[in-house]
Amino acid sequence: MKVGKRLKSTVCSTNVVVVRAADVALSCGGAPVVEDLAGEPSGDVAPGLDGGTLLGKRYLHEASGLEVMCVQAGAGSLSVDGVVLEVKAAKSLPASD
Amino acid sequence: MSILMLLTMAVELGADRVAVTAGDEQLTYGELLDRSRALGAQLREQGADNAALLDLNTAAFPVALFGAAAAGVPLAPLNYRLADERLTEAVGRLSPVAVYQGPGVSSRVAVGAADALLPTTALLGAPPAGTELPDDLADPESPAVLLFTSGTTGTPKIAILRHRHLFSYVTSTVEFGHAGPEEAIMVSVPNYHIAGISSVLGSVFAGRRIVQLPSFSPEAWVDTAAREQVTHAMVVPTMLARILDVLEERGETLPALRHLSYGGGRMPVPVVERAVGMLPHVDLVNAYGLTETSSTVTILGPQDHRDAIASSDPVVRARLGSVGRPVPSIELEIRDHDGRVLGPGEIGEVFVRGEQVAGEYTSHTAVADDGWYATRDQGHVDTDGFLFLRGRADDIIVRGGENISPEEVEDVLVSHPAVAAAAVVGVPDEEWGERVEAVIVLERGAADPSAELTGWVRERLRSTRVPSAVHLRDELPFNETGKLLRRVVREELSRVGVPS
Repeated sequence: MKVGKRLKSTVCSTNVVVVRAADVALSCGGAPVVEDLAGEPSGDVAPGLDGGTLLGKRYLHEASGLEVMCVQAGAGSLSVDGVVLEVKAAKSLPASD
Repeated sequence: MSILMLLTMAVELGADRVAVTAGDEQLTYGELLDRSRALGAQLREQGADNAALLDLNTAAFPVALFGAAAAGVPLAPLNYRLADERLTEAVGRLSPVAVYQGPGVSSRVAVGAADALLPTTALLGAPPAGTELPDDLADPESPAVLLFTSGTTGTPKIAILRHRHLFSYVTSTVEFGHAGPEEAIMVSVPNYHIAGISSVLGSVFAGRRIVQLPSFSPEAWVDTAAREQVTHAMVVPTMLARILDVLEERGETLPALRHLSYGGGRMPVPVVERAVGMLPHVDLVNAYGLTETSSTVTILGPQDHRDAIASSDPVVRARLGSVGRPVPSIELEIRDHDGRVLGPGEIGEVFVRGEQVAGEYTSHTAVADDGWYATRDQGHVDTDGFLFLRGRADDIIVRGGENISPEEVEDVLVSHPAVAAAAVVGVPDEEWGERVEAVIVLERGAADPSAELTGWVRERLRSTRVPSAVHLRDELPFNETGKLLRRVVREELSRVGVPS
């Protein structure tokens, strides 16, 4: 997993980009995300991991430091080892350019 | 991942919202994406390694920027003010290249057999039906933008900004889609300046309408701000003083404007104070950044400005002359010549590290293995981490082994009521190695203060800082984005027998 890498859910339309890498396995909707962007999602979003992802939000796995940004929203939740990733609070930086 | 993704995400917020206004031209987010993809297809067909743009700030610029990304080739925005021979040289270095030239640019560029020279009108029409529009082809590692440095000595360098640098910069400093529907930002910095590029990328990601000002004049800036109900703008120092003059003459207050950022060179504190007085409803932001860092690395925010203005504590008050603190994704250190990290108040070279830091040229990389980049800017931080810049390392005057910052002396000279502007440089000297000399511009109608200026400096600074000569001039040499060209002053004064 590398910064800038795009990853895709296999069970919903979620796509994320890695913002801060960590050596953990990321899942979405209960199924491991994949690097291959081709192909349609299939299968079901696992119960309890169906909170969904929001476009443009950053998600953080506190224990490992893994951080991803959602670039396409979907019905599954992001998780690592069953722990659902939290939405990282938005910073309020003033526009500088 | 590429910068095109910033646009595809913004389209999700509403394809029919206006993305760009430029005079009579207007593009929605959906149209901007369609045209960018069409250009991507066109560029792939041409097989060019690079795309180049030679244009004023028009709607063609965002199309070229995102279109090149769609094709997986970098865009090199060129300085249309350069002489034709320089532009032809630049195009030669980019070959095979597809050059798009706008109708407002009269340059005559010679392109090679492997190149294409096309009008920007080719970018703005709707793509013909049946056009195959490519997906995002760019790799995060591939170059997104190539920028020619100003090249004050010798051949200009070509700075490389990769997709991951710009993407990281935008996504770590801008919250996606947070702009209100009424927000509009005016881009008046040219598109071959890093701020002209980062402004377009950041505004698209924020969902803020972009108003392109084709070419800066203070009158056009004020007219456009009023007509387009501009809420946000970014200016370089030389622009702001002239804009304030026009506002004052017209009694215009720009009630819609609420956010004004400035950067790209040293802003005189009196100009900031004047802006605060004339535009009390406007939030001011000072930003410091470089081409090589994908733009902003430090920010002095609106509250910092208000705190400084209101404070009687000299430390807080002085922050009006600071460029603020690092953005969260940037680490910053001040180091001495031996690489030792310095503490608050100690002047040294500014080093930065972070995902947005490219520090790379087509010829070499200037980033150390551990990710730190030497900015060549001198400065210090105060006890709360506010950065104060003290000029380029190359501008430091070394007099008898003592390092003297020209800004320190310039600030004192400008604080004299008769002095409108000042440039201080080191002139070769047999005894001291270099001696301090100053060039000043008088306030309109002021009497020549030269006789009393050495005393004025001596009362305020150490005696080594006192200029050994003060020369009067009608104006100082600035580049078009507001940087004082001390090198030009130094060269002039270094010639023998310059009259004061």
